Amino acid sequence: MSALPHDVWITGIGLVSSQGEGLDAHWDRLARVPAPRPVVDEERFAPYPVHPLATIDVAREIPKTSDQRQMEQWQRTGVYAAGLALADAGIAGNSELLNRTDVVTAAGNGERDLALDARVLEAIGAQPAPDVYLNRALATGLRPTLYLGQLSNLLAGNISLVHKATGSSRTFKGEEMAGVAAVENAVRRIAGGEGELFLVGGALNAEREDLLLGCELDGALHRGPFRSVWARGEGGGLVPGSIGVFLVLESEVHAALRGAKAYASLRSIASDRAARRAGSTDLGLMRLFDEIAGGLPPGPLAVLSGVSGVEPVTGQERAFLQGLEARGYHPAVRAHGTVLGHALEAHFIAGVALAALAVSRQAYFPPFDVSGVERPLEGAPRQILVTGLGHWRGEGLALVEAAD
Amino acid sequence: MASSVRDHRGRPVAVVTGMGIVTSLGRGKAENWAGLAAGRSGLKRITRFPTDGLKSTVAGTVDFMDVSPYSAHDLSLAMAMAAVEEAFGEARIETAMFPGPLIVATPPSEFEWPLLRQLYEGSPEPQHGGYRRLLAAARTGNYRGMARHLRFASIADGLKEKFGCSGEPVSICTACASGTTTIQLGMEAIRRGQADAALCIGADATVHPEGLIRFSLLSALSTQNDPPEKASRPFSKNRDGFVIAEGAAALVLESYDAARARGATVLGVVRGCGEKADDFHRTRSRPDGAAIIGAIRKTLGDAGVAPDEIDYINAHGTSTPENDKMEYLSLKAVLGDHLARVPISSNKSMVGHTLIAAGSVEAVFSLLTLRNGLLPPTINYDVPDPDIPLDVVPNAARAAAVKTVLSNSFGFGGQNACVVFSGEPA
Repeated sequence: MSALPHDVWITGIGLVSSQGEGLDAHWDRLARVPAPRPVVDEERFAPYPVHPLATIDVAREIPKTSDQRQMEQWQRTGVYAAGLALADAGIAGNSELLNRTDVVTAAGNGERDLALDARVLEAIGAQPAPDVYLNRALATGLRPTLYLGQLSNLLAGNISLVHKATGSSRTFKGEEMAGVAAVENAVRRIAGGEGELFLVGGALNAEREDLLLGCELDGALHRGPFRSVWARGEGGGLVPGSIGVFLVLESEVHAALRGAKAYASLRSIASDRAARRAGSTDLGLMRLFDEIAGGLPPGPLAVLSGVSGVEPVTGQERAFLQGLEARGYHPAVRAHGTVLGHALEAHFIAGVALAALAVSRQAYFPPFDVSGVERPLEGAPRQILVTGLGHWRGEGLALVEAAD
Repeated sequence: MASSVRDHRGRPVAVVTGMGIVTSLGRGKAENWAGLAAGRSGLKRITRFPTDGLKSTVAGTVDFMDVSPYSAHDLSLAMAMAAVEEAFGEARIETAMFPGPLIVATPPSEFEWPLLRQLYEGSPEPQHGGYRRLLAAARTGNYRGMARHLRFASIADGLKEKFGCSGEPVSICTACASGTTTIQLGMEAIRRGQADAALCIGADATVHPEGLIRFSLLSALSTQNDPPEKASRPFSKNRDGFVIAEGAAALVLESYDAARARGATVLGVVRGCGEKADDFHRTRSRPDGAAIIGAIRKTLGDAGVAPDEIDYINAHGTSTPENDKMEYLSLKAVLGDHLARVPISSNKSMVGHTLIAAGSVEAVFSLLTLRNGLLPPTINYDVPDPDIPLDVVPNAARAAAVKTVLSNSFGFGGQNACVVFSGEPA
């Protein structure tokens, strides 16, 4: 969608990752020169490196231990980040606003009981009646509340429960495109006058063998040692990162009326799903770019890329950047996957968050790696293009712009 | 310039021009409606896997789709495709030519035990146990075909591949309200003028041991296994839980103007939708029903329909002690004395709880109720609950002209979504 009838402002950001907690911590590390050092654990899940979540005091945002116990880690991370975003936007504790805050999340599901799975898998082969054994093992071994830790929409459910954001609740699924769809849904509803105040985000717990297994079935994981997303070689691969990220998106009018300040405006967003066939190179990204940012004058262009490192799509994104170059833009790309890891459903939203942060600080990030793909940019960008290409399906672009 | 029809807020009107359905009662609207009208149950003893040691042994499985071996992904996709094909046939839309967005509600994408066992047994590193051994199997690259089960966009992708909708196909989950949410998303896209058509689908096929057991551990399922067709007893005093079931349904939504312009038959109007999240408990509603009440009120407000204009309710009616009581109390709060005059039935008495697909399945049944002038019954209603004084259309279908239907959907995680349908605008 191109120009929006109502401006969408980003008035709150909650972010936790391997780089730390909160915007100041992320800015301090990521805007530092020289390039920040990714926080990577190469041992725990070898040969797969992961970006582990920084230590957080969950009780600060989820005070009841009973609530904490009913969630799995991805939910705790997400609920925590949602709390940070609500507080940042000045909404936390304001029941009048929370009662009409529409929650939109991007989520997968999971966290299995890995110990139970391991026990059952080891024993079941030798059972005279494997199916009967399985019934008994699950009926007596599964924690009754585990399913609530697995359901996709229970991240949103827990946010309503803990933070009292209860306008409505929608959960989008579909790997990276879940994040694009969640942001797009909120933006369209604000633009269409169907809502004024949204809490949009997602979370990933990368430190899970069941998540790794799901990715590795199709060979999507990078095997160590760690390298930046642009330098993962022929087969490519993603390095998952634990992230919780939430944005408060608000109509400009609503924000102005309550005196809320904007980090940035979410100017436009568009998505599609190209047929990715063997040998096809064009994912239609230039058409999406023209839809959301075609009016931008040629010259330097800041790009926060959600590129995963998985091939061939990483190469296809580079080809798109080269295509921009050919049209007179000079993309200064930063792949946040290098420094945060790849966060699947939450990844695009993290890109929007970092873009809004940079715009609000009137500065830009130095290159995140030394591959040479990421070039320095002089000055402060007023607009930042955010890309979100699914590692196997789907393409999304957004334009974040200074709100003044 | 052609005249355009707008709703009470000046928005384009969304109508339904095609419907398709698969449930345990059969494939297609004809088989399903015949079953509903006859008060026939599709619920039966589970034969897909042994049920030894399980408290609940009844389900509404779909066993006739030629999907073997069973998996939630493959059966959900097959049912969804069958439902879309039927809907396209009715709407006279060519396969692979759908001119709008696709929104599908899908079940969890997860490892099922046959998949885990296959990886475990095929692993090149049998000296290890647990996930280390499974990951070694995945690394061989020999199990790429299994990835579809774990990808959340996979069902949507398969549908897009076949039916060619515009843009990125959207997968959603609002638990047992998901089907209704797809209709809401489609309606909103049409109202915004973003699209002239939307394809809204819900599918769920999760009757496998772990799927059954996890609901059982939450004490959500009926344990009245004998006879199976009597296990689901919505609104009865002796109800004790829902019966897990499978199904899929698809609805083609179009703007009224677009439907008229191409001469499509309008099957019903999506008058409005509403939703409200609960903040009380992960599996229970606020005792005062505030969130359900909020969802119903928002729906009526969105639809521009007064409470006394509702003349039939397609209940969420799961047959759990909690749901049916809270649904009654909330309806009473919104409809007041009018509720005593409104028949309400639960299709789940016959097709069980199709979970993610329930809102879609019940939307199709709501529209068939409108069109056929026949209220499907709530079967197994032998012991009325004095705390729930409703006209549940007990045990036998009833002829009645219906103009405006409210369909409710509620789900774990505080999800509440409702939709109002009515006949073609005058």
